[in-house]
Amino acid sequence: MKENKKLEENKIEETIKINGKNLKEEITEEKLLEKNEIQEIPELTFYNTWDYSTSLEDNSYVKIKKRYDLFIGGKWISSNKYFNTINPANEEILSEIAYANEKEVDLAVNSAKEAYEKYWSKLKPTERAKYIFRIARLIQERSSELAVVETMDNGKPIKETRDFDIPQAAQHYFYYAGWADKLEYVIKSPRPIGVVGQIIPWNFPFLMLAWKIAPALATGNTIVIKPSELTPLSAMFLAEIIQDADLPPGVVNIINGDGYTGSLIVKHPLVNKIAFTGSTKVGKLILKSIKGTNKKVTLELGGKGPLIILEDAPLDQAVEAVIKGIYFNQGHVYYASSRVLVQESILNEFIKKLKDRIKTIRIGNPLDKNTDMGAINSKMQLEKIKNYVQIAINEGADIYQLECKLPSKGYWYPPTFFTNVSQSNKIAQEEILGPVLAILTFRDPKEAIEKANNTFYGLSAGVWTNNPGRLLELSRKIKAGVIWANTYNQFDPASPFGGYKESGFGRQGGLHGLLPYLDT
Amino acid sequence: MRCGKMSLTISTFNDLKNTFKNLYYPVDSKMLNERIEFLSKRSIKKESKVKGLKILISCMDLTTLEGKDTPNKVRMLCKKAKRPHLDPDIPQVAAVCVYPSLVKIAKESLKGTNIKVATVATYFPSSQTSFEVKIKDIEYSLKEGADEVDIVINRNAFLSGKYDIVYDEIAKAKELCLLYNAKLKVILETGELATYDQVKKASLLAILAGADFIKTSTGKTTPAATLQDFLVMLYTIKDYYYYTGQKIGIKPAGGIKTAKEALKYLVVLNETLGDYFITPNLFRIGASSLLNDILMQIIKEKTGNYQNEDYFSKD
Repeated sequence: MKENKKLEENKIEETIKINGKNLKEEITEEKLLEKNEIQEIPELTFYNTWDYSTSLEDNSYVKIKKRYDLFIGGKWISSNKYFNTINPANEEILSEIAYANEKEVDLAVNSAKEAYEKYWSKLKPTERAKYIFRIARLIQERSSELAVVETMDNGKPIKETRDFDIPQAAQHYFYYAGWADKLEYVIKSPRPIGVVGQIIPWNFPFLMLAWKIAPALATGNTIVIKPSELTPLSAMFLAEIIQDADLPPGVVNIINGDGYTGSLIVKHPLVNKIAFTGSTKVGKLILKSIKGTNKKVTLELGGKGPLIILEDAPLDQAVEAVIKGIYFNQGHVYYASSRVLVQESILNEFIKKLKDRIKTIRIGNPLDKNTDMGAINSKMQLEKIKNYVQIAINEGADIYQLECKLPSKGYWYPPTFFTNVSQSNKIAQEEILGPVLAILTFRDPKEAIEKANNTFYGLSAGVWTNNPGRLLELSRKIKAGVIWANTYNQFDPASPFGGYKESGFGRQGGLHGLLPYLDT
Repeated sequence: MRCGKMSLTISTFNDLKNTFKNLYYPVDSKMLNERIEFLSKRSIKKESKVKGLKILISCMDLTTLEGKDTPNKVRMLCKKAKRPHLDPDIPQVAAVCVYPSLVKIAKESLKGTNIKVATVATYFPSSQTSFEVKIKDIEYSLKEGADEVDIVINRNAFLSGKYDIVYDEIAKAKELCLLYNAKLKVILETGELATYDQVKKASLLAILAGADFIKTSTGKTTPAATLQDFLVMLYTIKDYYYYTGQKIGIKPAGGIKTAKEALKYLVVLNETLGDYFITPNLFRIGASSLLNDILMQIIKEKTGNYQNEDYFSKD
């Protein structure tokens, strides 16, 4: 106590001294302060003082063939029709790809059927595992090359293909290879279904191949798989890997084509099961076309993921989750956090932090190791994004867009967000699949849950709070297949993934991901 | 709220509790680590590498803090500070940091340059002594002529929740520094604070109490500076900037030994606070052995080869 008093006395003395000595300065500083109150504090700026030189990933060693045929029955089969696949970052043609029509689809399905009866169903589970392990290892060996190919064909940054798509894909094969001889732990007397037809989208071409092929092989099925016509290239490299892994002919057949080719696979009588990842619209068509057949089906469809940020959240990190949630892979992500629900009391702080963070996003050549956001995958998709943005502006939402130079060739769109969005706005309801975020507000957790669930989708959601009780409460009440707590976009082959409501059914990943490929 | 010199002398921690609350955010370690992982992968090559390394030299506090430091050792260090390398392109460092008893020597050696002399005070590195001794320590440093004083926070008081004591000590140091027109750098010793939430609190306390710079570590404990702690401190500076318009400086120090590592700190700063803060007035990096590695990298970019380490002077 005594000491404190002394301390205070000292302080007063010191104060007087200072006041005496620096009086002049203080007056000017006070005036400055007054000025400060009137003047807006300037927003931070980035990269003018110190910018990064381009650091291109070497792609000179990657050999892309001029033309790729269909991979059926372990052989390359030609077609009478070919289509181009282009690099969306510069619109250059990368290769010519064979198109599968009735005849080719029929050949592929029959090869799969034959492979199932002749080889794959007769193999011991440990032998099946051996092949899948081989694929995984070959992917790891060729990972740099695969990352480059995927980036060139898809437009996503090399950083993502190198650190996410390709390693995750390899992990999926490793994970499911381990399950092949342990299926008894999943269900009693496990039996495969037979021939499965799989159709995958353009947003994660190589990773989606893994999500579909690995569990189907581990459970003993044979496969006809069709990548998107927009991104067929990395699948052709996988076909080479499958050849190198010496899989029995016809166990995996990779054919290319558009929606029509897809419909031929779906309708083919020898196909016992359909696994589809893509839009809700196509998902509904598939369901209609297999009505009355005994085909099994799993669908992973669109989403309008809500990410809820409560006022007690670690805000700087919540902003990181938003960035990762919506601008990762140019927003071409079904589980994107395309709706952010922010508690009203922290809205201004949140927007300020988000803006500063967006200003550091680097858009440009996807092969530059410093690129954070690459090209929009196709012209069609770019038009769709532009259209949605126009609708949002017309509906009265406020737009913020990163001011940046975009390359003159290729398809590009800057990171964008909307505030002043209401639940009834189109951008709050429909999936855009681009780098466009809708920011909504809520007053209390109850309203947050209500808004989060007020959608026909239910694929993914996120909650940010520093209160564990509230976290559990919210995650119990949100209807979504995946709910990320104080994070977003975390993936692991061991963790099941899939949707509620119109986001589809059936799970991929983990033990649950085996069930859709077993005859239960 | 601390706003300039006036309010500094009248505000107590109690007055600022609301500001403290407004500016405090909890920190989530998972996404913080991810952010650092992301920033650590920036590929700094060619011109941007040379420019970055030169910025690092011009923002460097060239430091020697050893019991065996002698006047001659400090004189040689000052020479190196003025001219780190024969190459005329390479800038001089921002400051030389020595123990208080050697401040005078450094001051003399650097006469006529604008290189600052920094020193450490408040019973560095532990701060475990009486308030009076700490104040005497600062006063001595200032009287010897230090331009900048790096003080350590009272972790004893901080970790037992006595924030007002921590605050008062810093505020008192600030008053003294103002009298002598010196800059105050406050060392949080993040390695001893255990959680990021604590680093956040300590950063805020130091800023509100009057720090011109906040600094990560003394370099005398492990772990010393980490990119994560550094980023938490930058977030705090940013929030304070948007709250008051005032720019507080940052100094990572301790255990940063390679150019590659130092560039990572610069990247984190570059993408968190940006252009305004990349200046010796607001950014310093504490270094002893780091300088030679940076020089070696710059010369390598110029000549295409790594030179033998004996091409770079050891002092």
